[in-house]
Amino acid sequence: MSRISIPIGPQHPALKEPAAFTLLLEGEKVAAANVALGYNHRGIEKACEERSYIQDIYLIERVCGICSHSHATCFIQAVEEIAGVQIPVRASYLRTLIAELERVHSHLLWLGVAGHEIGFDTLFMYSWRDREIVMDILAQLTGNRVNYSINTIGGVRRDITALQIDDVLKAVDALEERTKYYIELATQEQTLIGRLINVGRLSLEDALRFDTTGPTARAAGVDRDVRRDDPYASYADLEFSVITDDHADVYGRTLVRVKELMESYKMIRQILKKLPDGPIVAKVPRRIPAGEALSRYEAPRGEDVHYVRANGTEKPERVKVRAPTLANLTAISHMIEGGYLADVPIVIAAIDPCFSCTDRAILLKNSGTGSESVLDWQMLHDYSIDWYRNRGLDFAGKGKV
Amino acid sequence: MAVALFNILIFPGFLFLSFFGLAAEFVDRKLYARMQNRKGPPWFQPLADIIKLTGKETIIPREADKRLFKILPVFALASACTAFMYVPIWGVKSLFPFEGDLIVVLYLLTIPTLTFFLAGWNSSSLFASLGSIRALTQLFAYEVPLFMALLGPALLADSWSLSSISAFYAQRPALLLLNIPGFVVALIALQGKLERVPFDIPEAETEIVGGAFTEYSGKLLAIFRMAIDVEMIVVSAIMAAIFLPFFMEGPAVVVFILFIIKTLIIVFLLAVMRTALARLRIEQMVNFCWKYLVPVVLLQILIDLLAKGALK
Repeated sequence: MSRISIPIGPQHPALKEPAAFTLLLEGEKVAAANVALGYNHRGIEKACEERSYIQDIYLIERVCGICSHSHATCFIQAVEEIAGVQIPVRASYLRTLIAELERVHSHLLWLGVAGHEIGFDTLFMYSWRDREIVMDILAQLTGNRVNYSINTIGGVRRDITALQIDDVLKAVDALEERTKYYIELATQEQTLIGRLINVGRLSLEDALRFDTTGPTARAAGVDRDVRRDDPYASYADLEFSVITDDHADVYGRTLVRVKELMESYKMIRQILKKLPDGPIVAKVPRRIPAGEALSRYEAPRGEDVHYVRANGTEKPERVKVRAPTLANLTAISHMIEGGYLADVPIVIAAIDPCFSCTDRAILLKNSGTGSESVLDWQMLHDYSIDWYRNRGLDFAGKGKV
Repeated sequence: MAVALFNILIFPGFLFLSFFGLAAEFVDRKLYARMQNRKGPPWFQPLADIIKLTGKETIIPREADKRLFKILPVFALASACTAFMYVPIWGVKSLFPFEGDLIVVLYLLTIPTLTFFLAGWNSSSLFASLGSIRALTQLFAYEVPLFMALLGPALLADSWSLSSISAFYAQRPALLLLNIPGFVVALIALQGKLERVPFDIPEAETEIVGGAFTEYSGKLLAIFRMAIDVEMIVVSAIMAAIFLPFFMEGPAVVVFILFIIKTLIIVFLLAVMRTALARLRIEQMVNFCWKYLVPVVLLQILIDLLAKGALK
């Protein structure tokens, strides 16, 4: 059977964001897979260096729409650590509340996307209808459905009233009922199970070898969760279990995410019960003293790592964002190879990819000669002028370097 | 002659079929949407879709054979419409009944699937070729259960004419209970013929973009979509004629209205199947059809043969 090379991406109905997967197919089986990124690179890390810390919160938040609070909080935690600021307990609880609400919305979104990828549009419609409950709550608490902008250096920007607490509790009750239905669906619907079981297998050894993180790793039995292992915000005060599974395939990842939803509801109730009184923000100077910090956060997709280096001015010297999808992406070609073409969309969707989070500066090495070259700003500018000049357009002299 | 032309072109021929096909598509999409807790499209949506498609540019890939590319949708629509000539609508007699028209109808219904395959293969596009291969593979899976499921009742009725089969069961409705397994198998196999979830593998949007229809646009895509709608009506009508031939006596208008209702009941069942299930992989589908559907339909044929012997 002859091999054909088929592109999934950069534009493809299976992908929500551009990435290039080139598959070598033998009939319906995938013989080899090649992953190429970079389509969503927006120069955010460089842009952070040109803006003050407060402006950077809004920029970092927009790294991703679904896990915006994760990135914002992770960044803020690093900055607060450098500044040596201890935020008020109430602020910490509110941050955790929004974090768990974000996890709920992200996992419900994932459930819908997974349903759509396997042709189960009914699941997509149902789960996104239920997701509207949590989106409305987030809009009520923060003013926006995504990109909540609830964080500021030293605490949070908005407080929560007693009436809002009631609404959140009612919403969580409704969502818990619906999530129980989805657990029932995931364990009993035969066509769903048939599409998910034994698909995208990633054993425990491979999960550790590829450094996967989040539900992708926990579905293989890797017992790691930053909320428990390295508690940040108020997670040290909360009681919750880390959900692991031993299916080591897409079915396991589905179960992990759905059960994590139930844990999130428990946590949200605990947060609202234990919410202490007090201020919601502490005073922090505009100039952050020199220093560096690494901050870890358990985003819905896995471990999010931010590194910030300050140099005593109003603007950071270096911000580095390592999104969880980058860690999980290396395992994709391993999971796709040897499988069916029909499984490729759901395997990609099962790591819950967020290429907007992932595309940061990467170092390209010429694999033949091992050489690498670094282009600085001026060289990049000249390179692009030449590229267009070769195609008949002259942009020289327009725009500054 | 004029009557025949009227029958072929207007009623119950091309024009009636087109509008009934669009109406059935609306019913299917509306039911699908309501079952998903959505609003669903307005009644004129399928007609609006066809009108919009005819107004778009038709792009033909450079490496595809132009004539074949343009004529394949017409073949699909033509064979689906022709099959309708032999289905009883306003009574037990169809327009031009003859012994063996059941076989001719099934043969005519296979032609659209072949045109889908050829359309994808001719398009010289990666996704289209994959879709066309899947369409043929799927044909091998559902064709045998479908044919045999319609064969069983025909054996019992001792005839190969849809009209005679319909008349036979209309006079002995109790025998329809014997055909229930065949009914279920035919319903599932039809979902494969119409390439709808869980069997929409040849056009799996998230896997192979548009399957065999990836490169089709404009008028040609409109004709293909119309062919699929007409196919749904034809198969629903056949199901209604063979498995639900109740109240076939009476004024023609009443029987005709009942025919519409029965056809829409079949459309409803197909829509429920579409809503409640996920898409299967092609090898899962082939396994399912040959491991589960074929034994059940063989049992059905056995039941019909025994009943035939008992009736004699």
